[in-house]
Amino acid sequence: MNLFSDTWDFLTDPANWQGPGGMLELLVQQLLLSLTALALAVLVGLPLALWLGHVGRGGFLAINISNVGRAIPTFALLAILVTADFPGTQEFGPYGRAGLATLIALTLFALPPIITNGYVAIREVPDDVKQSAVGMGMTAAQRFFRVELPLGLPLIMSGVRLALVQVWATATIAAMVAGPGLGRVITDGFFRSDYPKGIAGAIVVAIVALVLELLTAGLQRGVDPTRRGTVRRADARTEQPVGS
Amino acid sequence: MRVTLLVQAATEPNCYSRLTNEWICGQYVVDRKDEIVDATVEHILITVAAVALGVLIAFPLALIARRYPRLESGILGVSTGIYTIPSLALFPLLLPFTGLSPTTVVAGLALYALTILVRSMLEGFRAVPDEVRESAAGLGYGATRMLFRVELPLALPVIMAGLRVATVSTVALTTVGSLVSYGGLGNLIKDGVETNFRAELFTAAVLCVALAVVLDVIVVLTQRAMTPWTRGATT
Repeated sequence: MNLFSDTWDFLTDPANWQGPGGMLELLVQQLLLSLTALALAVLVGLPLALWLGHVGRGGFLAINISNVGRAIPTFALLAILVTADFPGTQEFGPYGRAGLATLIALTLFALPPIITNGYVAIREVPDDVKQSAVGMGMTAAQRFFRVELPLGLPLIMSGVRLALVQVWATATIAAMVAGPGLGRVITDGFFRSDYPKGIAGAIVVAIVALVLELLTAGLQRGVDPTRRGTVRRADARTEQPVGS
Repeated sequence: MRVTLLVQAATEPNCYSRLTNEWICGQYVVDRKDEIVDATVEHILITVAAVALGVLIAFPLALIARRYPRLESGILGVSTGIYTIPSLALFPLLLPFTGLSPTTVVAGLALYALTILVRSMLEGFRAVPDEVRESAAGLGYGATRMLFRVELPLALPVIMAGLRVATVSTVALTTVGSLVSYGGLGNLIKDGVETNFRAELFTAAVLCVALAVVLDVIVVLTQRAMTPWTRGATT
């Protein structure tokens, strides 16, 4: 039981949290990285996916990008980006060592769930609803913003949530290739056979992951327009798990 | 002195020497064949063991969730929660129980596969039409026989779709097992990063993706062989 008490001691020692390289700093760094990458992916991927879904084209690409993303190990892509001449391990603003490489990898892995779910969300709005909107004389833009977007929102949000899970996981793995973030506590602990440290890092990473998941679940429930209706969709969250 | 240097340069393999350090290098694959084969075999063993363990646990869990709807949200909630934990954090959390062994990696990956599989199994069972169930009951099928002879075959396409997702993502995640030195091809990637050895890490990365594709094809072919009746209906 030594391992458990040592882990607890590591977690409760303020010295491990404070100062440069402390867990608090690494936590903020990883959150910053994850949210930046998520924002970039939403900015790039979501308009594209929603447009494809609206016009009903590019479905093959939008669906299969998730399958491709799943097959590529995040660790391998990070390793290649860091070892390459560019972006390599150079510092990048507040994102720390190998910041640019990490940011690129995170954004790339956030895109598939956002694009696939965004496309499916708009595409799967029932045809009779779309036809009613046409019958009411709505223009294409009105149909998109007043009908398709609100009805597709829960599924779009679940795509963003999956992307966040993915991004957080990949940001952790970045430490295995000398990247920034909390994963460094884990890899450092294992590298020096200081297992209590490694486990402590893992606990912090896992707790933050669960907190993010719960927060976004609440957010998703908040934006669901059919939530209070009598007709509920059987399962608004068509799960499309990606590797983490 | 100069002569020895020249001799060294001449005998050193040209495409993976420190100076050139090329990404793609056939000579590397030839020279380190044994190492690469060992890593690939380890990768396959870990992946197959994890997915098999995932199926073995997911099946009874799905049956329980189906039988007792009250437990369903609990089972799905817990497995989704585990799925949210990054792999690099899950392995250390298992360490106190399984130690620095392949078991840690297999158990962690099985937990991820489990989430995907339980969901697809429940979805598959739900897709079986009630009329079919009633007909089977009318023909005198008991619960067990109905499950294995009627429901399971009809749910198979959906379950196999989940198995494909689980297999492909397990192949990719196995690389993270290099944290505890059991990551199959991930060990080569890790070594490649640490020693700035591009050919090693690129070869391992390509093999990883190839392995995912091959295993995916095997699952698809197995499904085709197991569900001959779906062949005419869908292309």
